[in-house]
Amino acid sequence: MPALHHGGMHTPHTTSLVRVTALLALVFALAPAHAGDTTAASQMQRWSDASGKPVSAERGRVFFTSRHGGEWSCASCHGNPPTTSTRHASTGKTITALAPAFNPERFTDTAKVDKWFRRNCNDVLSRECTAVEKADVLAWLLQFDAKNPPQAPKDKP
Amino acid sequence: MNPIATTMARTPFVRNVRRSAALLALACALPAAWADSREMPASAMLPAYKQECAACHMAYPPGMLPASSWSRMMKGLDQHYGTDASLDPAMVRQISTWLEAHAGTYKRVREAPPQDRITQSAWFERKHREVEPAVWKRAAVGSRANCIACHTRADQGDFDDDRVRIPK
Repeated sequence: MPALHHGGMHTPHTTSLVRVTALLALVFALAPAHAGDTTAASQMQRWSDASGKPVSAERGRVFFTSRHGGEWSCASCHGNPPTTSTRHASTGKTITALAPAFNPERFTDTAKVDKWFRRNCNDVLSRECTAVEKADVLAWLLQFDAKNPPQAPKDKP
Repeated sequence: MNPIATTMARTPFVRNVRRSAALLALACALPAAWADSREMPASAMLPAYKQECAACHMAYPPGMLPASSWSRMMKGLDQHYGTDASLDPAMVRQISTWLEAHAGTYKRVREAPPQDRITQSAWFERKHREVEPAVWKRAAVGSRANCIACHTRADQGDFDDDRVRIPK
């Protein structure tokens, strides 16, 4: 019904301009929460593609909470479940939640993701993690749902 | 008094010069206040230093260690007191340059402490000689490196004695 538009102030052109402006404003308003260049889901996909294997959240959980023969597990600093703020096992500094649903900043910057996996895997496993391990951990972390938060955190393993 | 000089002193030009000189003196005095001190406001710290180093622990003022300690530390970040704190080479260079430029040079800091640990410096021991051994073991303190447990504004680079509150 084109006649409707001709009479009114809101021509299709103005409407779309308003909509684009509103969308742009929204994008800028949301930008700080995702300041980086990537998402947790695409990081999981990156490592899954690299390994050529399907991911397993359960394997990720076991990996995350195991000590791998050393003094620490990933959970020593990030907690189990990793959905709340924790304290660094040696410095005591606060570490914000790791699960992306509980902390939208997580895994949104590729360089940062690579830096921390490199360091933390060296600390826990005395080697770098494989693509399978990283994809599995991400699969587990992505399972946590902010609308259905897990039970109260258990003691650090 | 010379009337010409009195008039001169009131001209905007002279006032401006005076104001500029005062500002310049202040600008020089402020950095000097912490240039060779164990204190440094967080606002004066290199953003990369705060971002990278204070991700795991508080940003220790660079004046707390001599340049030789910082230099050794920045060369061994992959084994940084038991953890891998490695950074890309450009970042290491940037932070090292800043740390070494702002390192402590006065008498009590000049000498590198054992293991390049601030907490093993002679001045640290002396400053904390009245702290009972049990205090260091309290859960809220945990470690000698946890300055902020007692120095309530340590994360701002402020170690003033007046701001010390020892937790129970």
